[in-house]
Amino acid sequence: MKDQNTESRSSWPLWEIFIRSKQGLDHKHVGSLHAVDAAMAIENARDVYTRRMEGISIWVVESKYVHASNPDEAASFYDPANDKIYRHPTFYQLPDELTHM
Amino acid sequence: MANESRMTLSEVEKVEEIFQDKVDQDIRIEPRDWMPDAYRKTLVRQISQHAHSEIVGMLPEANWITRAPSLKRKATLIAKVQDEAGHGLYLYSAAETLGTSRDEMIAQLHNGKAKYSSIFNYPTLTWADMGAIGWLVDGAAIMNQVPLCRASYGPYARAMVRICKEESFHQRQGFEILLVLSRGSEAQRRMCQDAIDRWWWPSVMMFGPSDDASPNSEQSMRWKIKRFSNDELRQKFIDVSAEQVKLLGMRLPDTDLRWNEGRQHYDFGAIDWEEFRNVINGNGPCNKERLAARVQAHADGAWVREAAMAHAQKMAEAGS
Repeated sequence: MKDQNTESRSSWPLWEIFIRSKQGLDHKHVGSLHAVDAAMAIENARDVYTRRMEGISIWVVESKYVHASNPDEAASFYDPANDKIYRHPTFYQLPDELTHM
Repeated sequence: MANESRMTLSEVEKVEEIFQDKVDQDIRIEPRDWMPDAYRKTLVRQISQHAHSEIVGMLPEANWITRAPSLKRKATLIAKVQDEAGHGLYLYSAAETLGTSRDEMIAQLHNGKAKYSSIFNYPTLTWADMGAIGWLVDGAAIMNQVPLCRASYGPYARAMVRICKEESFHQRQGFEILLVLSRGSEAQRRMCQDAIDRWWWPSVMMFGPSDDASPNSEQSMRWKIKRFSNDELRQKFIDVSAEQVKLLGMRLPDTDLRWNEGRQHYDFGAIDWEEFRNVINGNGPCNKERLAARVQAHADGAWVREAAMAHAQKMAEAGS
């Protein structure tokens, strides 16, 4: 019998799955799965992640196309936002009598 | 990404301290965060063995799909088995974020290096077993899984949340099967009690050895990939089940089971750890059969995997 370890299973790409559970909400990352192409990835995602109608829209992205920020550099990466407290509404002191703002 | 073998001792100590600090504060560790190699290894083992358990767990139940007593029972049993497949996939998916691959994990299951829950090495002899498994085995699993929804590793915790939502139907479905049998004919009531008699102790053993015999427990608790001790979870399971069995008009096969007013818990009889060790080491009633079924399924599915790949390549070439 052919050695199954060298066959195609190991070259099935990994896909990240995003589901919109209902109208008005964003797609949320729910996990990953292996599939040969996008069509299969979407069908598999439906079977794995929406057995209870948890989704009305599915996005699949090959994992290699997801680029991420580096958690080790989080401190310096996000530093510019750290001291700009004037981006928050609470920074501005206004009279209590002022309504609708 | 930093890795231990390329850092100085004091650098390692520093990142370990930051890591442990996060864990202590219940800040989730995510896939690309630094983590000790030992944490990664132990998680890969724990998560992949959990995944294997779900997949192998499909086998004893699938055994009764063709012989379910009604269409409704058949449909609900199929749905439960489908869920188990899904649970396995969520967990394989979580394990893969730690750097292992599906091929590697499957190979370890097939060559016996990886373990799976001992409970699935028992045979399902009657329809009532479907009820006993749903009530007791899924019940024990839920007891273990709910605390893991707050495990320190993000993908694992999130997989557990998803699993727990689905698991409660499993337990209710199982109990309902037994309830109907318990209200049926003499033969049905006997079948119900017999299934309980056979599945009770193996379910109690699912929680693993007592904590003083469980070497990894302490480190796993520090790392919050285990939130309660084996004994605590086991006690809770017994307390809950001892009450639930009364609604069935059945009894648990433990002559030492009795409420202890002082402890506010049920006292219970001695567990046969010899049997547990035997089963977990491959000498249970169905170990060989379960593994053979998995290996065969993988081999039988090879042509599907190859065909899918070939088809995808053909479509890609046609499109370009």
